[in-house]
Amino acid sequence: MAGEVNTKRMSMIVTKGSLDWAYPPFILATTAAAMGLDVTMFFTFYGLTLLKKKLDLKISTLGNPAMEMPMFGMHIGMPNLVSAVPGVDAAATTMMKNLIKKKGVASIEELRTMAVEADVRMIACQMTMDLFEYSRDDMIDGPVLGGAATYIETATKSDINLFI
Amino acid sequence: MADQVLDAKGLNCPLPILKAKKALKDLPIGGTLQVLATDPGAVKDFEAFCRTTGNDLVESKSEGKLFEFLIKRRS
Repeated sequence: MAGEVNTKRMSMIVTKGSLDWAYPPFILATTAAAMGLDVTMFFTFYGLTLLKKKLDLKISTLGNPAMEMPMFGMHIGMPNLVSAVPGVDAAATTMMKNLIKKKGVASIEELRTMAVEADVRMIACQMTMDLFEYSRDDMIDGPVLGGAATYIETATKSDINLFI
Repeated sequence: MADQVLDAKGLNCPLPILKAKKALKDLPIGGTLQVLATDPGAVKDFEAFCRTTGNDLVESKSEGKLFEFLIKRRS
C-alpha cells in the first residue's frame, strides 16, 4: 500500500475529544486505510486527549439540541438546564457506552488499535502538548510530534483533507 | 464454497469492512472470502470497498436480516 504510485491519501485534523466526536475520525481513518489509502491524523487541542494511553471519554449533553437518547421506548432530549445537574453527563456517558456495546459498535480503544495496526500516521500537536502540559509518556506509542507546517505539507499531498 | 468465512454478524459499521480487509490479507490472490453480516449498511459499503480496492464482489445477497457477501481477492 504505502509507497505505491497511485495510492490515494487522506488527512484529517482531529480537534475534539469527547466520546461522540471521537468516532468520526477513527471510523474514517480505519476504513480509508482498509481501502488502501495512506492516512494521516493530526491531533490538536481537545483531540489530543484521544492519544492518551488511558482513555476516559465522556459525552456532554450541554448545548446539543440534536442529542436524543432512546429511553423508555421513546427518544428523549436533554435541555441545557438538565445538563447542569451533577451526574447527568456521567449518566448520559454510561448510557451511550451501553448502547455502543449493545449495537455492536466498536469502542474507540478498538478503533484506535486498528488504526495503529493499519499504519495510520498520527501526529500529535506539539503546541497543544505544551499548552495543556501533556507529557509524551502519557501518550500511546506511535504518534510523532509535529506542528502546523508538518500538517500542511501532508495536506498539500492529500486527495482528501478533513477537519473534525 | 469460499476459502474462508468471516462471521461479522452483530457488528456495526465499520467493523465488517475492517475485519473483511484483515481476512482478505491472509488469502492468496484469487482466494474467496464469504462474509456474514447483519448490518444493512454493509450492502452499499462492500460494493464501495470492492470497487475502490479492486477486489471482486462475486455475490451479494440477503436472507431476512442476514446479509451474505462473497469477495474474491484480486489485489
